Amino acid sequence: MSNMLSYLANPLRFMRFSRIAIPIGFALGLIMIGWSLYNGLFVVPPDAKQGGDLMRAMFTHVPSAWLCMGLYAALAGASFVWYIWRHELADVAARAIAPIGAGYTALCFITGAIWGQKGWGAGWHNLILGDSRLMSVLVLFFLFLGYMALRAALETRQKAARAAAILAMVGIVNVPIIKVSVDMWQTTTIHQPSSVISIGNPEPRPEDSGMDAVYLQQLLWGFGGHTLLAAAMVMMLMRAEVYSQQADRALALKLERA
Amino acid sequence: MKPAPLISAFRTSLSEAWASGAGLLLPLGVFAGTATMVPCTLGAEADLLSRVGPGVLWLALALSSMVTLERVFQADLQDGALDLWLQDTGSISMVAAIKTLTHWLVSGFPLVLLTPVIGYMLGVSPDRMIPAMAGYAMGGLVFFLWGGVAAALSASVARAGLLLALIALPLYVPALIFGVQMVDAGFNSPSFYLLSASTLFALGVAPAAMGAALRLAAE
Repeated sequence: MSNMLSYLANPLRFMRFSRIAIPIGFALGLIMIGWSLYNGLFVVPPDAKQGGDLMRAMFTHVPSAWLCMGLYAALAGASFVWYIWRHELADVAARAIAPIGAGYTALCFITGAIWGQKGWGAGWHNLILGDSRLMSVLVLFFLFLGYMALRAALETRQKAARAAAILAMVGIVNVPIIKVSVDMWQTTTIHQPSSVISIGNPEPRPEDSGMDAVYLQQLLWGFGGHTLLAAAMVMMLMRAEVYSQQADRALALKLERA
Repeated sequence: MKPAPLISAFRTSLSEAWASGAGLLLPLGVFAGTATMVPCTLGAEADLLSRVGPGVLWLALALSSMVTLERVFQADLQDGALDLWLQDTGSISMVAAIKTLTHWLVSGFPLVLLTPVIGYMLGVSPDRMIPAMAGYAMGGLVFFLWGGVAAALSASVARAGLLLALIALPLYVPALIFGVQMVDAGFNSPSFYLLSASTLFALGVAPAAMGAALRLAAE
């Protein structure tokens, strides 16, 4: 992984790689998401204890929950690399990750709220605010929004990049504290404990122990598909940013000659 | 580290805070005003008010910290004081910490002293008052420190108020939650320990972040 990242750190190589990788990522990602959605929506049996047909929201909800956390970590990682080594492409990546991450957090708490509304029989407004795990996702959403707003508010690219990198790093050291605090605030979460990986969940309730392979399979297809799709979207935004920088440079050169 | 720049930072921010309007009265007025608005919005039933009272005071504290911090570094950036501090000390983190702590002392700490009065008005029971005041003191520090980071990051933005609020609010969440719980749970509770820990954490991390952000703003 780190080998691949340092290989792609060269902008020329990145541009060459991403030209091929983006269409492949989009195609494979959409096929995998489509496959998991088709199976999830029409093929697998409804699960009565998860709200019947409503649990089919899982195949979007769970992958987006994983992805929004992963994307925030990636944002902070890219910011760190840029802040220490001033590697231009890392900043381009951080800038591109933010809107995608915000999109996935929104997708996560919206699907979660819809699922929970019927599944737990609560109004969806007090679901987002009344449940600890959806609440942490919501706070993550505001971290992404603040990051984007700060970038948009500062005039020069260099300044925006540095300030945003500081904010992303301050954010990531706070994320565990936020998580702990939100978990303490709603000790009686109505969200089920995670049933895919049961680390940190030593005594799963009998009805939560393990997930049937039919569901897990579709979940993993969905996760793989969304990961590929997100990677393709991030690379597409990165390419657009590289091109726009090149256009600025070309314009400056042209003005100089004129 | 020479002490002179730190003392001058302390003095200027003290007089800044004092000169902005009516000095001490301004943040106290905002705090008391917000708290007395509550019965108007939620109704004046005694049960309800004593239950939501501490939480309302926490919200008022968070809001008043953001109102105070909006221009904490902007004036220094514009009149060149920031550049002088940078030249003098080489490290701006301590200066930034002193400035935010002074602002907390002037506009955060008095709210702690006012708490029994407003708390009594909202019917908060006396045995919850002491933990509440300790919580406001520590939580206020956390608010001012992370708010200071947001203020430093947005120092070169002209109208930074809303931006500051958006950046700072997610960082306020832990102190807000631990603090509200601590009012009920008292001193011998995990929320008290966690609030103390996050205060120390903010004291350690926020000055470094403020320093980095201010060096950037001064360029």
